[in-house]
Amino acid sequence: MKYIFARNRHLVQRIGFTSITLVAFATVIPIVATVIYILIKGGPAISLEFLSGFPHDGMRAGGILPAIIGTLYLTLGTAIFSVPLGIAAAIYLSEYAADTPLTRTIRIAIINLAGIPSVVYGLFGLGLFVLFLKFGTSILAASLTLSIMTLPVIISTAEESLRSVPQAFRTVSISLGATRWQTIRRIVLKEALPGILTGVILGLERAAGETAPILFTGAAFFLPRLPGSPFDATMALPYHLFVISTQVPEMPIKIQYGTALVLLFFVLTMNLIATVIRSRARAKRQW
Amino acid sequence: MEKSLTWREFIITRLIQTSGYSAIVFVALIFFFLIREGIPTLGEVDMSSLFNLRWYPIEDYFGILPLLTGSLIVTVGAGLIAVPFGIGTAVYISEIAPRWMREILKPLVELLGGLPSVVLGFLGILVLSPFIRVFLDLPTGLTALTGSILLGGIAVPTVVSVAEDALDAVPRAYREGAWALGATRWQTIWRVTLPAAKSGVLTAVMLGVGRAIGETMTVMMVTGNAPVLALKLGSLFSPVRTMTATIAAEMGEVANGSTHYHVLFFIGMVLFLISLGVNIAASSVVFRAKKRAERILS
Amino acid sequence: MVDKIVIENLSLQYSDGTESLRGVSLGIHQNAVTVLFGPAGGGKSTLLRCLNRLNDLTEVKASSGRIMIDGENILDPSIDVIALRRKVGMVFARPVVLPLSIRENLTYGLELAGEKRRAKLDEAVERSLKLAAIWEEVHDRLDDPAIALSGGQQQRICLARVLALQPEIILLDEPTSGLDPISTGKVEAALVELKKEYTIILVPHSVQQAARTADHAAFFLQGELIEYGEGKSLFTAPKQKRTEDYVTGRFG
Repeated sequence: MKYIFARNRHLVQRIGFTSITLVAFATVIPIVATVIYILIKGGPAISLEFLSGFPHDGMRAGGILPAIIGTLYLTLGTAIFSVPLGIAAAIYLSEYAADTPLTRTIRIAIINLAGIPSVVYGLFGLGLFVLFLKFGTSILAASLTLSIMTLPVIISTAEESLRSVPQAFRTVSISLGATRWQTIRRIVLKEALPGILTGVILGLERAAGETAPILFTGAAFFLPRLPGSPFDATMALPYHLFVISTQVPEMPIKIQYGTALVLLFFVLTMNLIATVIRSRARAKRQW
Repeated sequence: MEKSLTWREFIITRLIQTSGYSAIVFVALIFFFLIREGIPTLGEVDMSSLFNLRWYPIEDYFGILPLLTGSLIVTVGAGLIAVPFGIGTAVYISEIAPRWMREILKPLVELLGGLPSVVLGFLGILVLSPFIRVFLDLPTGLTALTGSILLGGIAVPTVVSVAEDALDAVPRAYREGAWALGATRWQTIWRVTLPAAKSGVLTAVMLGVGRAIGETMTVMMVTGNAPVLALKLGSLFSPVRTMTATIAAEMGEVANGSTHYHVLFFIGMVLFLISLGVNIAASSVVFRAKKRAERILS
Repeated sequence: MVDKIVIENLSLQYSDGTESLRGVSLGIHQNAVTVLFGPAGGGKSTLLRCLNRLNDLTEVKASSGRIMIDGENILDPSIDVIALRRKVGMVFARPVVLPLSIRENLTYGLELAGEKRRAKLDEAVERSLKLAAIWEEVHDRLDDPAIALSGGQQQRICLARVLALQPEIILLDEPTSGLDPISTGKVEAALVELKKEYTIILVPHSVQQAARTADHAAFFLQGELIEYGEGKSLFTAPKQKRTEDYVTGRFG
């Protein structure tokens, strides 16, 4: 019996490889199809008026400018809080922290922050920022919530990037009379920057597309004006898409797909920028 | 000059250290607030009615079992999709695909990971759900199955990237040893490489499942939002409601401080603990495997 | 001839238990090449790393003894370590150029020390490249990335980098171990010139290199100093049996 199988070994391999290849393509083709589908169905909706106007007629007509601006504000707000804190924490873990129980606790904490469901972040943001600190439903509360959610992504990619810088550089720098911080600033951080930047952009991309954390902390269904201060609530693309696809009766399909397309475009552009930065940095590396 | 340099450096070092501790602070803060607003539930609703079979807050029925089973069935379904497709794709990318194909596939899978969940839910409503309704001849397309399919798609990028890293990390020597003994590449993959990457692949699955449990918008949009107990196989083809969707859907309507409000936070607490458990399990798997690997290789 | 460095009863143990140095006492002469040689694990690199306090970065369990440089104990926690590292420069076994241009590699140490004047920096660059015998080869491409140079050239850049800080003592830990014989010859020739102005301590990668370059030589075995003497006589007529066994190749 075994001998028969042995003779058919290569046939088994052909079948096996083919099925695995099919599986892989079955995973990837829907991705491409999805993007193309949204492009086709949403394309017709895109116009200057759509991108720069306000919604009319209960969202059924007009543009989505406030949602676009709102998402930009939220992404910016998230960046302001999460980027400096995240990079600093990554520097701590990579350059300063020894392998102590405290450090291991920090790492476990980061892994946990990464796994918390987005809606739980929304609850937390509601409890702390909106109610307890009395920021109200605001860009501020939503940005802070999104920042904590984005922190683990930034910290882990930044740390990995810092660690990939060869240790020899640090030793040489110290032997030439540099302090630890001087070494970090002049050599390590400079070399790790593209990788850190990639991680930041990917983290912010996620934050831009999230709905649940902003549901009760900053998102508003309809605002007649653009938000004027961080304490104002705001419309946002993901929330807008959610609302018009589930809660507005007789919503024109074209506008729904148009909104989805704009959100997708936003996210994909960030993805593209991050990928480009990563591959260019890899080519220019001096080690 | 030297003195001011060290003074400035001292402040910077302190700031960096404080940032390092911040992760612990935030986790503790989140846990604290969930407890603060969720614990009153135990005072306002007694245990037996919490584990009741009816979730109907308007009439003060706070049985969370339907929600638990809703999350469970959708997650299990997602896992059944994400595991074969995720691991299969990872094996293809890591072991079978030619170099140029890898460079195309990896970014594409990463792209899927970046798609906002609300966009997938949106397509679920407009495309997948009518398809399922027609194809399976159901009264509605908004079912646990629809949710599972989409969640599987959301979990796949996580599974693929972690599993692919794990497969990549298997030393070349293992594969070469197997080839030298006359194994085909296929045999090598299944008998040598994959078992060697076992712990990494397991971690990938756990993280993917963790992602599925925590997903909110997609399930809220396509699973129909009917809080009924989902224990039979047939439940897959009818509407359910997950814990995450419950919080998202009802939080906007509750009065601050009411029992309903507290119960929603309680559910949030449960979700937090579940994800804590999954993540600790996943990281302990990696940790133990690494120690074993260190012992073997040294 | 006064001793530039006096090592008094130096012992050091790493935190994983390995004892690296055991009661080493040694005097290093000024303006000469002192060679520390012996089989692996002898403590030579450890001793070198003590001399510029680079061991501060590693997990050291216990250390005792003194190292006096110009009469000052450099192991004392109160001394200025940064200034020490400028005074005692080190060249490592693998040529590690920083991910910067050639010029920036050389001015790195000076800029850290606060030197901003363009003229001074340029002058230091030219001086140190000439001392390291590599000025002719790179003077027209100082702004190119240092990584573009060959291994031998990179190592001489590392030497020039140290020289730019105008140290008094230069430590070299197997500096030619990865280099071809021609580059090795260039480095050894540079050392012969440099010892007129600097105190040089070299860990060679072979006994032959030790014999070629040493004015004074110290034989280390498993953390202990076995024998110390004049370069010429130590290799031809060692006093200790163990030294003789190693030098003649009976063990290694």
